[in-house]
Amino acid sequence: MTAIELENISKLYRLGMYGADTLRDEVLNFFARLRGKAPVNAKIGTENRLDSVDDQFVWALKDINFSVEQGDIVGIIGKNGAGKSTLLKLLSKITAPTTGSIKIRGRIASLLEVGTGMHPELTGRENIFLNGAILGMTKNEIKRKFDDIVDFAGIAKYIETPIKRYSSGMSVRLGFAIAAFLEPEILVVDEVLAVGDAEFQKKAIGKMQDVSKGEGRTVLFVSHNMSAIKNLCKHGIVMERGSVAFNGDVLEATDYYLKKNEVVTTKGKKIIECISFCLPTFHVEKIEFNGTEYCESVVSSEQHEIKVKIEGYTDVAQKTDLMLIFKTHDGTPLTSLAEGHYKGKIDILPEGKFIYEKIVRLPKYMFNGECICDIFLHSPGVEFIIKISKSVKIIFEGSREEYGTTLKMDIHGLSGLETI
Amino acid sequence: MHETEKQSNWDEIIKPKRGLLELNLKAVWKYRDLLTLLVRRDFVAVYKQTILGPLWHFLQPIFTTITFTIIFSNVAQIPTDEIPAPMFYYTGTIIWNFFSKCLTTTSSTFVSNAGIFGKVYFPRLIMPLSAVVSAFIAFLIQCSILIVMYIVYSYQGANLHISTWTLTIPLLLIIMAMLGLGLGIIISSFTTKYKDLNYFLGFGVQLLMYATPIIYPASFIPAPFNKIVMLNPIAPVIEGFKFAVLGKGTFDFKMLTYSVVVTTIIFFIGLVTFNRVEKKFIDTI
Repeated sequence: MTAIELENISKLYRLGMYGADTLRDEVLNFFARLRGKAPVNAKIGTENRLDSVDDQFVWALKDINFSVEQGDIVGIIGKNGAGKSTLLKLLSKITAPTTGSIKIRGRIASLLEVGTGMHPELTGRENIFLNGAILGMTKNEIKRKFDDIVDFAGIAKYIETPIKRYSSGMSVRLGFAIAAFLEPEILVVDEVLAVGDAEFQKKAIGKMQDVSKGEGRTVLFVSHNMSAIKNLCKHGIVMERGSVAFNGDVLEATDYYLKKNEVVTTKGKKIIECISFCLPTFHVEKIEFNGTEYCESVVSSEQHEIKVKIEGYTDVAQKTDLMLIFKTHDGTPLTSLAEGHYKGKIDILPEGKFIYEKIVRLPKYMFNGECICDIFLHSPGVEFIIKISKSVKIIFEGSREEYGTTLKMDIHGLSGLETI
Repeated sequence: MHETEKQSNWDEIIKPKRGLLELNLKAVWKYRDLLTLLVRRDFVAVYKQTILGPLWHFLQPIFTTITFTIIFSNVAQIPTDEIPAPMFYYTGTIIWNFFSKCLTTTSSTFVSNAGIFGKVYFPRLIMPLSAVVSAFIAFLIQCSILIVMYIVYSYQGANLHISTWTLTIPLLLIIMAMLGLGLGIIISSFTTKYKDLNYFLGFGVQLLMYATPIIYPASFIPAPFNKIVMLNPIAPVIEGFKFAVLGKGTFDFKMLTYSVVVTTIIFFIGLVTFNRVEKKFIDTI
C-alpha cells in the first residue's frame, strides 16, 4: 500500500523582492524595476540558482513525482541546494507547494530539528511535555512514555533541572528521545543524527531501525552520511537541481550519488584545464602532479613522495604557498599539506618566469584506495592565487604489509600509524 | 463519484492552496493539550529568576492605578462617575490590559514564532489562542484585587452594586478577546511581509487607550464627541464592563450590538487571512 504519493510537486521561490523588509525598500524596488535594474535586495551571486524562470524566481523543486510504500525506509540524498530541505518542508506542511499535491496515508510526523520549542527556563520534565505536545503528542501519551523517554535520554538525575543548565549534548539527547517515542505511521527525519556523540548516534540509529523494522513504519530520512543511509534505508532517492535524478535501491543510489560527485572525467583531462580561479596577474603554463599533467595518477606501493611542479610567469612578485587537501569522494577531508598555515612557511616567486616545485613526503604506510586532491596556491590568510578543486584523482596502490595482503583505505583510513 | 472515493482513501492531501473557509478547526481541537502547555509555559517561565515572581501580575496595574488616581483624578480633576477613583482606574486598567495583551501578543504570532514554525507543523492558530488564554488568566488573577477593593469600598459605604447585568461579564470578556485576537491575527498576517505595522501598533495601542473611556467615564465626554468615541468598537464593551462591575457607566444595548457585529466581522476576516497566510508565510518572513 502506498503511504505517500507526490504528484508533480514544484516549489517556486522568489528571490530579491521578498527580501525587502519595509515599504521603503519596496518603493526602491519598484523604481529599480522601472529602470530595468535588479531589486535592491536581490541576492547577488546566489549559488544553487537553478533554472531561473526570471531573475527573481527560482524553482527549488520541479515536477517531483514519486511514491513511498508503507513500511519502506527511504533515504534522500543530494548536494546542498538540491532541494532536499524544501522537499522535507513540503512534506512537513511548513510551507505549501506551488503546484502539485502530496497524498498521505496515516499520521505523519517530521523531525527537522530536535528539541524545537524547548524553553531554557523550564525543567527537563516540563520540556518533555511541551516539546512532545509541539510534535503532536497528547498529554496522556507523553505521560505513558515519560519514563522511557527519560531513560533513553539518560538524564534521570537532572529531570527537575532547567534545561539551560544542561550541556548541549544532554539537550540534544533529550530532544531526540522525545522524538524517538513519537508513534507516527510516517516519520520524516532531517539530518538530526549529525549531532550528539558517536555512542548516542548509534543508539539513535538503532532506535530508528527498531521503529521502521518492528512496526511497519514508513521513514523518510535525509542525510549526508552515506553509511547511515546505507545502514538504515532500503531505497534511495537522489536529488539533483530540484528534481529526482535517481530512485531505486539504496546501494545503487549511493553509488550513483558518489560517482556523480566524483571528478567529472578524470582520464584524458589535464589538471591545468580544471583551474577554477586564478589571479589575473598570475599565469600558469604547466602543472604536473606526481609526474603527470593529467587528472589521474597512481601512487605505487614503493613510492613515498609526491612531486608537484607548476610552471608559468607572474606579473608581480608573489608570496605563495602550496596547499593540498586530500579528500574522500564525498568530500570528507582526510589529510592536507598546508605548511603556510602551521609552519608559517611562505615562498616568494619573483616577477617573471618561475618553476615552482615541491616534494611532499608521504607517510610510510599508505593504504589501498582512491582519493581526490584539491590543489591551491595561496598566500596564507590573505588570498588565493590559484584554486583547482576536486581535480586530481589519486589511486594509492597501498603499502604492502608484512603478511602480504594490502590494507584498504575504506576500512583503515588513509595511512598507518606506528608505535615508537 | 470515482474521484471522491479515491480522495477519501487518503488521510491527508497537501495542496498549494486551501479553500477560503477551510479553517481546519478540528486540527486545532486535536492540539488542545499543546495549548494548555503553552499557557503553562507562559506563566511558569516568565517570572523565573525574579524575586517577586507572580506578584508582578499585581504590581503593574496597582502602580498604574496609583499614577492615574494622582494625575487624572487629583490633579486634572476628571470625575469618575461617583465611584472611588482607585476602583474606577483599577477596573479600567485591568480590562484594558486584557484587551491590549490579546492584541499585541497575537499580532506578533508569525514574527516571534518563525523559529518554531519553520521546523514543526501544528495548527498555527494554537499560538495566538494560547496568548489569549494566558491574557485571560492574568486578568482573572488581577480580578482578585478588584474583589478585595470591592469589599473594602462597599464596607466604607461606596455606592457599588451588583445587578443582573453582572451576568453579562463573560459575554463582554469574550467580545474583547475576539476583537483583540481578530485584530491581532490580521496584523500578524500582514506583518509577515512588512514589519511596519508592528511599529505602528507599539504606540497605536497607547493612543487607542486615550480614545477609549478608561481614564474618563463616557458620561464625561461632551455632546458631539461622545458619538465619535463610541464608534470605537471597544468603547461600548468597556463601558458595559464598568457598568456590570461597578454599577455605573453607559450600558447602551444598541452600541453593544454594534460592537458585537464589528467584532464578529473582524474576527472572521482575521481567521480567513490567518488561514491563508499560515500556509506559506515562512517563505516570505
